Amino acid sequence: MSDFLQLVFQGLGIGAVYALVSLGFVLLIRAASVVNFGQGEFSMLGAYLLVVFFNILGINYYVSIVLSVVIMAGFGLIFAYTTYWPLRFRGGLPVIISTIGASIFLQNMVLWIYGPSSVQIDGLFDSDGIQVGEVFLASQYLAIIVLAALLVLMQYLIFEKTLLGKKLQATSQDKEMASLLGIPVVTMIMITFAYSSALGGFAGILVAPILFVSVNMAGIITLKAFAANIIGGYGSIPGAILGGLALGVAETLGAAYISVPYKDAFAFLMLLAFLMVRPQGLFGEKISEKA
Amino acid sequence: MTAQQGPGANPWRGLPAAGLAIIVVLVGASFAPAQGYYLNILMQAATYAIGVLGLVVVLGYCGQISIAQAAFFGIGAYAVALGTVDFHVNFFVALLAGVVLSGICGLILGLGTLRLGGHYLGMITISFQQILTLVLTNWIDFTHGPDGVRNVLRPTLFGISLDGGNAYLGLIMAATVLVTLFVWRLKTSRLGRAMQAVRDNELAASTSGINVYGTKVVAFGISAVLGAIGGGLFAGGFRYISPDQFSFGDSIVMLTMALLGGVTSPFGALVGTVALVLLPEWLRFLKQVYLAVYGASVILIMVFLPDGLWGFIDIRMRKRVKPVTGDVAPLPLLAQKGEATDEPVLVVAGLAKHFGGLKAVDGVDVTVRRGTVHALIGPNGSGKTTFINVVTGLYEATGGKITFVGKDITTLAPHNRNRAGLARTYQNIRVFRGMTVLENVMIGAEREGNDVAKDPQAVVARALAALDFVEMRGDAHRLVGDLSYGHQRYVEIARALAASPHTLLLDEPAAGLNLTEKVELGNLLKRLKGHGLTIMIIDHDMNLVEQVADHITVLNFGKRIADGKPQDVLSHPDVIAAYLGEPRKNEAA
Repeated sequence: MSDFLQLVFQGLGIGAVYALVSLGFVLLIRAASVVNFGQGEFSMLGAYLLVVFFNILGINYYVSIVLSVVIMAGFGLIFAYTTYWPLRFRGGLPVIISTIGASIFLQNMVLWIYGPSSVQIDGLFDSDGIQVGEVFLASQYLAIIVLAALLVLMQYLIFEKTLLGKKLQATSQDKEMASLLGIPVVTMIMITFAYSSALGGFAGILVAPILFVSVNMAGIITLKAFAANIIGGYGSIPGAILGGLALGVAETLGAAYISVPYKDAFAFLMLLAFLMVRPQGLFGEKISEKA
Repeated sequence: MTAQQGPGANPWRGLPAAGLAIIVVLVGASFAPAQGYYLNILMQAATYAIGVLGLVVVLGYCGQISIAQAAFFGIGAYAVALGTVDFHVNFFVALLAGVVLSGICGLILGLGTLRLGGHYLGMITISFQQILTLVLTNWIDFTHGPDGVRNVLRPTLFGISLDGGNAYLGLIMAATVLVTLFVWRLKTSRLGRAMQAVRDNELAASTSGINVYGTKVVAFGISAVLGAIGGGLFAGGFRYISPDQFSFGDSIVMLTMALLGGVTSPFGALVGTVALVLLPEWLRFLKQVYLAVYGASVILIMVFLPDGLWGFIDIRMRKRVKPVTGDVAPLPLLAQKGEATDEPVLVVAGLAKHFGGLKAVDGVDVTVRRGTVHALIGPNGSGKTTFINVVTGLYEATGGKITFVGKDITTLAPHNRNRAGLARTYQNIRVFRGMTVLENVMIGAEREGNDVAKDPQAVVARALAALDFVEMRGDAHRLVGDLSYGHQRYVEIARALAASPHTLLLDEPAAGLNLTEKVELGNLLKRLKGHGLTIMIIDHDMNLVEQVADHITVLNFGKRIADGKPQDVLSHPDVIAAYLGEPRKNEAA
């Protein structure tokens, strides 16, 4: 039982990372109807930036994190201008293909610069963690869960309580109407790209001490974020969060009790199962196109 | 009737060229070096091309994004490798097994995801790709694991051993030619047109009698099968395979090949494949970043060369297309069913459509009688378009019953309602923009159950007749996307008419037309009228409605507020109030 709880705790930690990336993913779908296959690259780049600032340049760990996240927000804008902007009137498919292109490009540029070996990086805290009953709460996992919860709370407050949040919501619900009301839709979409990228980068930074930093982390994280999104319900914000957590727990348990080499397959099997049985996910929205 | 230049009419089309191409590649292959570097490059190009042709079908024709072509390629390759090495079966038997397995995987993935949006297939194929790589690497007892499979055997065909490099190269190049021919002819076949219609506009495809979901699944299945054929031949060519040859990266390479060449044409696939097989060889100095260059070029292609290298050539060829001339038979639909009887054709009883709390259509009864023009009018937001969408099956009814020609169609899929004889047009025109005017209308003519559907010649003739009726025959070979808005509207009407419908639903046909076009539309409707075709028209243009309507139903806030002869309905106080507002109490008094 204690093993089980221990695994659930770890699963929630990993799941919180998936949830954050998935959240960035969903926000882009809602704001710009962009299905971003490069979402995981945001996390990978965030983690590599931390490596550059902290491991290589020796800047203070927390300052490095702030710098990395800020740069990632800027990177989100560059990403938007190169990958989304020129194709924005051409429908969904060209943009999807373009984000796939961006993803390949980024992975291989990083591979070229840093090579294939993974980099180890320190966690947020020096202490290992705390023992609660029979469960050992490792500090990094604990930090991920707490910080993810705070971020989600902050996002909720911004979206529900501020004018900026209302504008962002209006943009995601009806761009034409929003623009008629004088909301600068383009700015809102760009803000969403920046935020999504920063969120992804931060998730990458959080998970870096656990997974190690490597080029391969990107693809896996993208796919898990998408899987989390489907499991939770396509385009649903609470769905993205709960789907991410569920996925993290499921794959941690699967790896422990069923098979380690096939750990990454569990997410995809879960994804397949949901698509076959309940495609609208846990918090599903009806999938239909307006005639 | 003169021989019409319609696509798909000649059953021998392309065969002489393909025969010639096979002779050329066989002779060419016999002169190729028997082994070594150049042979490998040729083999790689020929086998990859077959896989990329699969992408042309699923992505180019049908618009569904599959990112696992290397996985299907790998299934074919492993079937041939394990089959010939470990199970000692005949090469072609092993290849067939791979093709069947790949096809089954494709069908399962397709059946699960293609009912949903395009990105679902993209993600699910990536997932499939990753799972396959995990299995190939970790299931060492069966797949030999990361070491791969050595000494894959080459086949014997008609008693001739194809073990030599030249002979085997001849086999795979001939196969490439045949697959190219197949994919090229598929494009102008009924199935191929259905795929392109699905790609260009799913809703319009479904209401033109196309089973959208089924068509997508078939397209994806074909692409999986072609991937496996390419992979099986690849395994024989290189005689050694390992899991890393069929990774995600390789799927991306294939995707880039298809996009660079031009994903809507088989020739584009060939051009793109050859270019990207040769390019990394020429750009060896880029070896370390070549995948990054691929990634960047995917974006650049999407931005600057959306139709690929071949599309660039193709557009220039299209400009030389001649207008269609000659005589056509008149549109037969109009001659067949002569008189307007009073028999009800479309009976809608208590129809309701609620979106959450919004009752867009709320218990509406409408009876449309044969041969009449029935107008459905009402202020904006009164539920007219929702009504049509429920009647044609795009929305599921919340309540009520729809009977069409005596048959309950309330729960039928949109394409089956079209096949039952219900055709429609859309308020915001929905044509298949990537196809020619003629092809658009052929889609209508070849709907299942239409009298001409089985005969390609007759389909072309019917489509031309429909185009002639709307006076658009001269533009038959133009791309419909190049036409003006008003002309696209006529193409949409012709598409509906070519299906010989019992009933035609026109959703605001006058919307967005200028004055001249409105007059033309009025004339067109008058020409349609009185030949037995039943028409339901939604419009705001009261002038038009008064001119053509035999019967008017008025909706407001989702409810029927008036129904009857035009003069009675239009002078009905509720109708006037709905359009002009209620008179104030003190003014009324």
